[in-house]
Amino acid sequence: MEGLLYLEDGSLYRGKGFGASATNVGELVFNTSMTGYQGILTDPSYKGQIINMTYPLIGNYGVSEIDNQSEGIHAFGFVTRDITYRPSNRCSVMSISEWLRAQGVPGVYNVDTRAIAKKIRTEGTVKCVISTEGIAREGAQSLMESVPLRADYMKDVGVGERRILQGSALDGLPGRGLKIAVLDFGIKRGIVGGLTGRGCQAVLFPYGTTADEILAIEPDGLFLSNGPGDPEECGLGIRTAAALMGKLPIFGICMGHQVIALAAGGRTYKLKFGHRGANHGVIDLDTGKSAITSQNHSFAVDADSVRGGGMVLSHLNLNDGTVEGMRHERLPIFSVQYHPEGSPGPNDSEGLFDRFVKMVLAVKAGEWKGGADA
Amino acid sequence: MPKRENLKKILMIGSGPIIIGQAAEFDYAGTQACKAIREEGIECVLVNSNPATIMTDEGIADKVYLEPLTKEALEAIIERERPQGVLAGFGGQTGLNLAMELDEKGVLKKYGARLLGVNRDSIRKAEDREEFRTLMREIGQPVPGSIIAHGIEECRAFVRTAGYPVIIRPAYTLGGTGGGIANNDAELDVLVTSGVENSAIGQILLEESVAGWKEIEYEVMRDAKDNCITVCGMENFDPVGVHTGDSIVVAPIQTLRDREYQMLRDAALKIIRSLNIEGGCNVQFALDPLTSKYIVIEVNPRVSRSSALASKAAGYPIAKLAAKIALGYSLDELKNYVTGETSACFEPTLDYCVVKFPKWPFDKFKTASRRLGTQMKATGEVMSISRTFESALLKAITSLEIKRDGLRVPYIMKMGDDELVRKIEERDDDRIFAIAEAIRRGIDAAGRGGGAHTDTAGLFAIDNLHGITKVDKWFLGKLYRIVKMEKTLAGTGGKLDAAIIYEAEEIGFTDNEILKLSGARREVLTDIRVYNDIFPVYKMVDTCGGEFEARTPYYYSCFDAEDESRISDEEKILLVGSGPIRIGQGIEFDYCCVRGVWAIKELGYEAVIINNNPETVSTDFDTSDKLYFEALHIDDVMNVIKNERPRGVILQFGGQTSLNLAEELDRRGINILGTSFESIDLAEDRQKTADFLAALGIKTPPGFSVTTKEAAFEAVAALGYPLVVRPSYVIGGRAMQVVYTDRELLEYLTEAVSLSDDHPVLIDKYIQGKELEVDAISDGEDILIPGIMEHVERTGVHSGDSISVYPPHTAPKHVTDTLIDYTNRITRALKTCGLVNIQYAWDGDEIYVIEVNPRASRTVPIISKVTGVPMVRLAVAAMLGHKLRDSEYGTGLYKTMKLTAVKVPVFSGAKLTDVDIALGPEMKSTGEVLGIDETFEKAAYKGFLASGVQIPGGGGLYVRLRDSEKNENSLGVVRAYINEGFEVISYGGTLAYLREQGAGAAEMDAAEARRGIAEGAIKAVLDIPAAPNRPETDSFEIRRYATERNLPVLTCIDTAEAFLLAVRMKKSDEQPVYRTLAEYVGAG
Repeated sequence: MEGLLYLEDGSLYRGKGFGASATNVGELVFNTSMTGYQGILTDPSYKGQIINMTYPLIGNYGVSEIDNQSEGIHAFGFVTRDITYRPSNRCSVMSISEWLRAQGVPGVYNVDTRAIAKKIRTEGTVKCVISTEGIAREGAQSLMESVPLRADYMKDVGVGERRILQGSALDGLPGRGLKIAVLDFGIKRGIVGGLTGRGCQAVLFPYGTTADEILAIEPDGLFLSNGPGDPEECGLGIRTAAALMGKLPIFGICMGHQVIALAAGGRTYKLKFGHRGANHGVIDLDTGKSAITSQNHSFAVDADSVRGGGMVLSHLNLNDGTVEGMRHERLPIFSVQYHPEGSPGPNDSEGLFDRFVKMVLAVKAGEWKGGADA
Repeated sequence: MPKRENLKKILMIGSGPIIIGQAAEFDYAGTQACKAIREEGIECVLVNSNPATIMTDEGIADKVYLEPLTKEALEAIIERERPQGVLAGFGGQTGLNLAMELDEKGVLKKYGARLLGVNRDSIRKAEDREEFRTLMREIGQPVPGSIIAHGIEECRAFVRTAGYPVIIRPAYTLGGTGGGIANNDAELDVLVTSGVENSAIGQILLEESVAGWKEIEYEVMRDAKDNCITVCGMENFDPVGVHTGDSIVVAPIQTLRDREYQMLRDAALKIIRSLNIEGGCNVQFALDPLTSKYIVIEVNPRVSRSSALASKAAGYPIAKLAAKIALGYSLDELKNYVTGETSACFEPTLDYCVVKFPKWPFDKFKTASRRLGTQMKATGEVMSISRTFESALLKAITSLEIKRDGLRVPYIMKMGDDELVRKIEERDDDRIFAIAEAIRRGIDAAGRGGGAHTDTAGLFAIDNLHGITKVDKWFLGKLYRIVKMEKTLAGTGGKLDAAIIYEAEEIGFTDNEILKLSGARREVLTDIRVYNDIFPVYKMVDTCGGEFEARTPYYYSCFDAEDESRISDEEKILLVGSGPIRIGQGIEFDYCCVRGVWAIKELGYEAVIINNNPETVSTDFDTSDKLYFEALHIDDVMNVIKNERPRGVILQFGGQTSLNLAEELDRRGINILGTSFESIDLAEDRQKTADFLAALGIKTPPGFSVTTKEAAFEAVAALGYPLVVRPSYVIGGRAMQVVYTDRELLEYLTEAVSLSDDHPVLIDKYIQGKELEVDAISDGEDILIPGIMEHVERTGVHSGDSISVYPPHTAPKHVTDTLIDYTNRITRALKTCGLVNIQYAWDGDEIYVIEVNPRASRTVPIISKVTGVPMVRLAVAAMLGHKLRDSEYGTGLYKTMKLTAVKVPVFSGAKLTDVDIALGPEMKSTGEVLGIDETFEKAAYKGFLASGVQIPGGGGLYVRLRDSEKNENSLGVVRAYINEGFEVISYGGTLAYLREQGAGAAEMDAAEARRGIAEGAIKAVLDIPAAPNRPETDSFEIRRYATERNLPVLTCIDTAEAFLLAVRMKKSDEQPVYRTLAEYVGAG
């Protein structure tokens, strides 16, 4: 099977195809994680994107029944240097190629993924046609022109209707008895697990849910999830978040973090090529300590824009100084741009879920005092 | 927090001589650390006894003490220097153990110095098995069922409940010395005994074996703020059971799902936090592939061989950052030195695959068991980088210089199936080649099965092979892909096309292998290659998968689309490195390469280096202007040349590895800087050398080059015994032997070498006498001889294994004058340019040339250091047209310094059981130390001290002398030992001889002697064997037994005589005085 990538600037990469025989148009991004391709492909935040992996050997441990971050693959295409047809891991149930085929997703391998990553680094994320159907350049070109990219997938990758997920029944969990409303823009299972694993009940609400609908279930806290697309397209989410600030303790991750910034009157902007990987250092300005984080975002919060809205910058990216976290100066609200749940990636910041639970408990008990780590 | 206040001076403890398990990686780490300290304006005082290192050279530390690494020496130096801090984590186990002792004795406290980076508590918790296990349980980390034991009874009791197999690990040792896996009572007895004896504290860990699980390592760093990162995760091809130093190691981890990866990463961070380490640390895990359960195997609370590998594999300079952290910096305050912009507080991501392959000394040590286990046997390693695992593996095999182009090894391919299974089960150094052969047969079996859907079938189906080897099926699948390509190439019937060549190259096939398999002619391959532009491209190691722009010029080749190598407009010089460390070609050549690179830069050229040894300074990211991490095979070197178009290539510094490329490069019209190929060939070909020297009126030992047995015996008739026999083109005296009888000669010709027209054997008269060595620099007109060294041991002992002395301690002036004259005439006539090393023998009358090496030698770093003459720099300058007479060092013999330096070889005797330690023409030492002082006696004493051998003041001396040594000279030495209070013990013919000569001796047979050694009655062994290297002899066994218990074993009467000086010095009241190298040299 032939594989083809056609980029907006006219460059063409020919490799071999794997997975489904299909053609898609999406935004070409690169991810530098060395492990966790299954979690990456099933992360709803990748909806509409074609992922170029910089690590060249993909598929080594196959595909398992337990590593999905959602019901299936959201990415529009997958690009690797090499793939393994003979995966080896006790949990593997199929090869990466079989899985992509089953999910209808095209893959291209045997292309210079490092050159592609460098191109994206220099020129920014780029529109791309991926095909394993043997289409010609002309065909790719006309698709490029005719198929628009969407920036509002957060509107449809979350739950379609309210869904209740019970917290873990293990003894001694801190979040036992707490009810957390989750505004779902395409939440990862790892994040849900971060809440339910601490005993919280998570009530997932679809995009467009209003503040009143959320308050109607009398939640103890609100969680704003990750999700794909441009946060400024997340208008109803921003409106709901803004209405609930001051009414509920709020924690946001990734898109959720950006939504909080926008709700607080701030701005977001598109990064040249985003952050996607599992190795960025982030410093916590309140503690002075750093952590290695899992990242997946195209947009970032404008540092200057949020100050007026009562938000305080709490975390910065050690490489480029971009905003990685905020908290409200008084209200029980905080958020991070990165993924404390890892999945894939390091678990170093898992404690943020505990911080949220503690915050919710403190508010519930009327003991919330505000500040860095109340 | 920026660097700690009040640090003005820091003492660095080096790792001492190179031994198996503690090698060049500590020169690399230590050099980085010294530089990191000085960058901060802190004075760095270094103590290291190893003269072959870069770290002990000018410009790395502020002060260098080339002194023994003993606690007495360190205490004296600390008292003298008064450092505020001591860095011990860069000197391997040696450094850590010394620091522990100094701390325990209160020395550090007394002088107000504190340990930086590690503390006694963390060292103890990491190294003491019991404390470590307690700590692991406290933090919820799983450890295998085990006991700490000091004797066999406890171990037997443990096994009664836990069952076999069990692993024995001695506490506080290097490279797993004395450990192993026991499958039954007999093995348990042996391993427990040797384990207890090898442990510095007589303690072993006996644990349930998890052999067969996956072995995974993480390199972790932590700072004082408790920030932690993992620099690199690595996976061993070989499952648990093979020492990681003897394992093929792959980076990054390949077969773990993210959850498994993060589970172990979390554990590694938890562990470094619990140990409170500020710096780097290595954590090893075993992971059960069937359940994902894991256990913690061990932790090294310091930089290590693995951290050197991880640094090179990931492009992250662990030692440098560990040093900065020890000075008080936190990771977030430090930058990524590779990108120059981003933060050091991140985790490198690789966009390539790295394979480390060990280099074993079994080609030298024919009697050594090649089975791999928990005791490390490799002397060095190579690393290779590529975009696929297959290619990285095949490149690594090429880099090993074992004359293999791929996975096909004829002797293995000839084995029957049963033999092959046994070979695989035995788990020796050739195991991967045996597995590949099994896969070949598995594919054939599947083919015969006719239409079967499996790729492999029968006995050697991949599933079965996994069952036998426990090697992960992912790795086996990769070998399968390589073997499939072999078959594809073989099926071409010589009709190659561009597509198949590209595909083969992409997974790492060498030209030779493609040609051999396909049967195509080289011209055809070359034509297709050129016409279709099938050449490798170079990609950068940048720590970040291309996410950020990087500055480091660190490249590897691969077959891919984009070439990233930026070729500057500067004029370039290419320097070919020395590859993996092996016996006979050690760290000294890396020293020369690094100095060579510096010299090239100083002289205004861009310095480009090719090398593949991850342990060394030469492959550090900021040593050269451009680093190519490649095999040193002609094809790979030519590809770099094609890319860089250097003005010339320097081959003199990489030992025999680089010199061997001279002919091929010359034939391709490449400009070899310095001595030309023609001259190299003249010097390397013994017959040509002899003729050429004869024309100059200089004697060589008379000899013949023979290609048949008949010719050999004709040579015997002409020369008479004893004779030195060897193959032509040798390195480190490989397969060289002194023979005394027809029987020995015949044995040699049939067993040791393969006689043929292409492989002549050289038979020379054995000249018994003094051996002297001259290193010179020549510019084509003049020469400079910085110094001459005289060997303590007579001819017949390999120069690398001899104790050697600067300046000559017995040779009279007329002899050294003649050496200077000869050296002058030889270098002129040979037209050498650059470095040359000539070895001479003086039989008391005549002077003979034994060997002319038109390259750097083992003694270059020593002579450079003790005379202050920058030999490599001068050599590079000479190659680039500068004249010696214009340099400040002048020409002729350089002034003799007012010091004596004694180089003492160090053997890794305890590691390779079943290798004879007796000195001979075959080199056996792995490293060396230097003792420097005012007199020969004092310097020799320091040399022996530094070598780590015990120096007894009396007690039993077990003496065995071969017949030719039963003479007045030997008697004199034995009597001198008696006068020092030793009680001579002997047996058999030697006993009779000694008694007859009135040197009273007690009697002990071999069994009694062993007991005497074990119980402490015998303190030293003087044994000059008639027939060394025969494991079946009882004298072999006694030498081994004594060596493994760290007793001095003297196998040459000259060594015994020199050792006596050390004994006397030790017994005298005089304490050694320790000075810096600059003070010694300055005094001259």
